[in-house]
Amino acid sequence: MQSNNLLELAGAISSGAVRVVDLTFTLSPDFPVIVLPPEFGQAAPVRIQEISRYDGRGPAWYWNNVTFGEHTGTHFDAPIHWFTGKNLPNNAVDTMPAKDMIAPACVIDCSAQAAQDPDFLLTVPLVEAWEAKHGRIPERNWVLLRTDWSKKGWRDYANLRDDGAHTPGPNPAVMKWLVEERGVIGFGNETIGTDAGQAGHFEPPYPAHHFLHGAGRYGLQCLCNLDQLPATGAIIVASPLKIQNGSGSPLRVIALVSST
Amino acid sequence: MIEPIKPPRRKNPLLRTRLPASPPRPRSRTSHGFTRAAAEGRFMLQRCKACGAFAYPAREACPSCLSDGLAFVDAPRRGTLLAETTARVPSDVYFRERAPWRIGLVKMDCGPTIVTHLHADCAEGAAVRMSFQLDKSGQAVAFAHPEGETPNMADDKQWREMTADPKFRRVLVTNGRSVIGQEAVAALKAAGAKTVFVGIAEPWRPFAGEQLLRGQDGIEIVTLDAADEKSATDLAADIGGKVDILVNTTEYVRPGGLLDRRGTSIARDEIDQAYLGFINLAQAFGPAMRMRGADGVNNSAAWVNILSVYALASWPGFGTYSASQAACLSLSHCLRAELRPGGVRVMNLFTGPVDTEWFQTVPPPKVAPRAIAQAIVSGLKGGLEEMYVGDVAEEIRQRLAANPKALERELDR
Repeated sequence: MQSNNLLELAGAISSGAVRVVDLTFTLSPDFPVIVLPPEFGQAAPVRIQEISRYDGRGPAWYWNNVTFGEHTGTHFDAPIHWFTGKNLPNNAVDTMPAKDMIAPACVIDCSAQAAQDPDFLLTVPLVEAWEAKHGRIPERNWVLLRTDWSKKGWRDYANLRDDGAHTPGPNPAVMKWLVEERGVIGFGNETIGTDAGQAGHFEPPYPAHHFLHGAGRYGLQCLCNLDQLPATGAIIVASPLKIQNGSGSPLRVIALVSST
Repeated sequence: MIEPIKPPRRKNPLLRTRLPASPPRPRSRTSHGFTRAAAEGRFMLQRCKACGAFAYPAREACPSCLSDGLAFVDAPRRGTLLAETTARVPSDVYFRERAPWRIGLVKMDCGPTIVTHLHADCAEGAAVRMSFQLDKSGQAVAFAHPEGETPNMADDKQWREMTADPKFRRVLVTNGRSVIGQEAVAALKAAGAKTVFVGIAEPWRPFAGEQLLRGQDGIEIVTLDAADEKSATDLAADIGGKVDILVNTTEYVRPGGLLDRRGTSIARDEIDQAYLGFINLAQAFGPAMRMRGADGVNNSAAWVNILSVYALASWPGFGTYSASQAACLSLSHCLRAELRPGGVRVMNLFTGPVDTEWFQTVPPPKVAPRAIAQAIVSGLKGGLEEMYVGDVAEEIRQRLAANPKALERELDR
């Protein structure tokens, strides 16, 4: 690529010809986190503690101490997160190739189905139908599942019942197929987790985690504003914090979208 | 005959809120034998080991036989009111603001004569029942009650200064997800609390009993994650000036000691929930409570902690939990000292294992959550500072007093 093409991109962003869409929720203590049975180790919730706020603790400056688990807020999953990816090279957020942090996305709109069924599952035939309309999913693309789940209030968003969470996600067959037949770089979801709320009961359990990370691919979850993306052509910038041997991290996910 | 107190009207915003004053504080070291009795709701006097005579006030030697073998023991409460007087214009600021104030002289059946505060229904020449109470300075004072029940007895003006009765007061129960929290809400409401604010952390998580809490008059569900500084501060910004009694029902119990647990994340959670949560609540709600200690019928009156009795002595099976509770116990003493200028009491309830899921495999006896809730109310009504709820808590206390080393070895099983 010629260097002047990059300058053109910068100019297009500046002029608005390329829109920058923020796909990130605000990292805050009240945003729902993954719920595991209490006897397991738990993700530390987001905590923001003031160090000073233009006061006696620091008269001219405001700053906070922040703590959170690697899997809180809008966050990134690296292959090392799951047992299937534990022995892969460069499988953590600090060692993954930087070039994987920028990639195009295919956005599959299933908001109508998810509105009808909180346990809606993406399947191979649904993706094939999408491909018939928008073309084959190219290799090293993100597949983002749009469900408009991010527009719900927090309780409906987490949607916890006495038999677990009920939120949409991919079924096992489509995850295996996307990874093996389409070579996706990763899968993104609007819900808490790349997998469906009931995915612990699937075969294999948590298929998105299982197949993505087993093949060295990535996950994005708690995304929002997917309704502002075209079905194809958006470029996703997703660079997690460089945490030593980190399994993931909260991050700012942005999409570049051509306005024309 | 006591006139029942009336529900307080809304405050006149043109009037300055009266600041709390404190009754006289100095006491001799020996006199704190009464402080201990008052804190626990016991009536104790010094008794001579040599001649058996009871003594009052606190002395270094027996007034009958001059023996120095005086020990505080539980004493019979009955006496006769010899004389009474009413102070109309006392020189002390605290009593001047509350005048007229009645005091009397009670001849105890067991011997000594005691100068005492009087319940309004105590009549000269009649029998009275004595107690020691903690006044707004946190110091022990004698208080004479009529021998039997009288109408609206708890509404007596002088008695209400000695207690933190929930009647007409507004209470914050900090964690309404737990069974203890929900039982506390019900008990406080039944005790006449005007409003019970019920803190719910992470409201997106459903919880058992939610339907029961919602839609009840006088119960307001509020978002509160005590372990989150901002959440506590935000809630205090809304209701900090309306919390007369705060009941800290934080509950975070995880079994396990040191060596068989990996890492610090559970210990961190324990500290986060119990200890830092306590600090967040204190910093958010404490200053306003301390300032509102004399704010009319529904002045701020008390802060209640529910602590494990293993705060006093580690139970290795729940070792890091015990440590988190010990930290909270230490913090409660700091809070008590800092709330003292406002006349706000800090009451600690010590419990053994509670009948909840985290003590599921622990054999009985276990404390029923309802018993804790009832103890909260009776402790507030009696103006207590320390309560031991259930057999285990009481036994640990006694064994600790008898021989701490023996208790340490016995808990190591």
